[in-house]
Amino acid sequence: MDEYVVSVISNMGMISFLALSAYLLLLTGEISFGQQAYFAISAYLSAMATAMWGWPLWAGLLLGAAAAAFAAGLIGVLTLRLRGLYFSIATLAFAEMVRLLFVNFHYQVMIDGEPVGPDGAEGFRDIRWIFEHNVSAFEYMAIILAVLTVVVTLFFIAERSRLGSIFRMLGEDPLLTELQGLNVIRYKVLASCLSGFIAGIGGAFYAHFATYLEPQIFNVMLGVHGLVYGLIGGLGTALGPLIGVALDIGFLEAVRAIQGYRMIVFGGLVAVLLIFMPRGILDEERVHWLRMTWRRWRNAAR
Amino acid sequence: MTDFIQNCIDGVMIGSGYALLAIGFTVVFGVLRRLNLAYGPSIMLGAFVGALLYIQFQAQLFTVAIATVIVATLTGMYVERLCFWAIRRGAALASMVSSFAIWMQLEEMAVIILPERTYPFPALTDLAPIHIGPYFLRSEHLTMFVVAVLLVIVVHTVLYRTRFGLAVRAVSENPDAARYMGINIDAVMFWAFAMVSAIGGIAGFLILATDQQVTPYFGLWATFKGLIAMMLGGMGSLPGAILGGLILGIVETQSLWYLGNDYRDLSAYFLLFLVLIIRPGGIFGHALSERERAALRRV
Repeated sequence: MDEYVVSVISNMGMISFLALSAYLLLLTGEISFGQQAYFAISAYLSAMATAMWGWPLWAGLLLGAAAAAFAAGLIGVLTLRLRGLYFSIATLAFAEMVRLLFVNFHYQVMIDGEPVGPDGAEGFRDIRWIFEHNVSAFEYMAIILAVLTVVVTLFFIAERSRLGSIFRMLGEDPLLTELQGLNVIRYKVLASCLSGFIAGIGGAFYAHFATYLEPQIFNVMLGVHGLVYGLIGGLGTALGPLIGVALDIGFLEAVRAIQGYRMIVFGGLVAVLLIFMPRGILDEERVHWLRMTWRRWRNAAR
Repeated sequence: MTDFIQNCIDGVMIGSGYALLAIGFTVVFGVLRRLNLAYGPSIMLGAFVGALLYIQFQAQLFTVAIATVIVATLTGMYVERLCFWAIRRGAALASMVSSFAIWMQLEEMAVIILPERTYPFPALTDLAPIHIGPYFLRSEHLTMFVVAVLLVIVVHTVLYRTRFGLAVRAVSENPDAARYMGINIDAVMFWAFAMVSAIGGIAGFLILATDQQVTPYFGLWATFKGLIAMMLGGMGSLPGAILGGLILGIVETQSLWYLGNDYRDLSAYFLLFLVLIIRPGGIFGHALSERERAALRRV
């Protein structure tokens, strides 16, 4: 496969984790502007683990994602009382705090006579795990896609389980959920933790793919993009965020010919799409219709 | 102590610009119950057209101001039609995402007009700073502050002393009841949006003319400064927006002075986060909304 195509697909895969994490919170009725914080925390921590402490990639990834989940759980507890725009802005404030703390974060050790580690605004260079272990770009893409497949499959399983129904119920009406005798607080914090973990997986992959991190990457634009992908693709299924990512990155890469005008075209297209599909391409109704059609077709074939 | 007071003075001056941006958010949010992320970028597009006139035709300060405000207002109207009027009520999330898509569009348009990173913007005044005892006051800041105060008075008069203002407040209080009273909600939303975009245009012009330069980051900057100032003071209240803007200005100048540049934005976000967690209604949330409600009853 072409090197360029491999890097585009890897990018799509990593951003998909961010989009999925924003999507999970959207299901529970919260709009988060701060998922990039968990992406960043995991990116930094996993990179420190592999580049500075000599951990293997999978351990660094787990550590990063676990730390991201912990941070997300903490924020989930702190923002329990907040609804709507208040929640969005609180998560935004948190994410910007995280980014600005990384600007002031210096922690370096000498490895082979060279300083390695995050150096504030100068960034974190030489995260070379995938080179040192001879992982080719194609193999790395395959790893990302495999993990993404696992996560999406888990989403599908959860969607049909009690947990999935509870999350959607929370999004529809938290009061009603409480009246069902469910512990709303526990499920909200759980959703927050899970979303942090998923964003964290993406962040850890990103750190080792880019080999270089700087705080500026994790600004609010990254998080808003993740959020937007979830909505464009549709809130009906976990495939929605992936469609959103594929549409945006795929479209932008496909139309390099009209470079300079493509955001004008794409922005306008998205705005028009949302007029006709305010809950995205694959919204609940359309997913239901597709499922029914598929069942009818399968029954007819029997 | 002298430093502290000097910082407060500077903070209030800078904060008056933030307050104007926050008013834009608060009025739109009050009327529409939806968030317009494209607010900053619409102002930026106006400012870029103004800067283009300044660079290409050496336009006067006043011409640049008019161009900025007109383009910002027209862009605001375009955003309202596409992202808010066209998307049915209730789909607040879709409107927000749609306004983000338009943000990307506006930013690219601005970059097509002026592709470089930084452009000069005409200076607001060329008067010397004013000295009062140990303190001094930049004349640009003073001009910005005076215009901001005048604008706040105008906005207050429009909202509380005119039929249009009554309609705006009625719609923000209860859209359904307003409709039964024969108020054309779509028209109120449209004109409120246009008014707010014009205020945003003026605010953007004042801020940029004080900085004397414009960059493509201004859209992001204006959107989030306005949002933060609004949330600090308490959502949907006019005095809250003003106080939120002033507090943001003071906190930024104080932390810049005492902690350094790295901590300026950090302290502002930290304060915002604390306020949201401890007092979700904003620092003045409850007290002000009571008084506002009382004022509403009087009309």
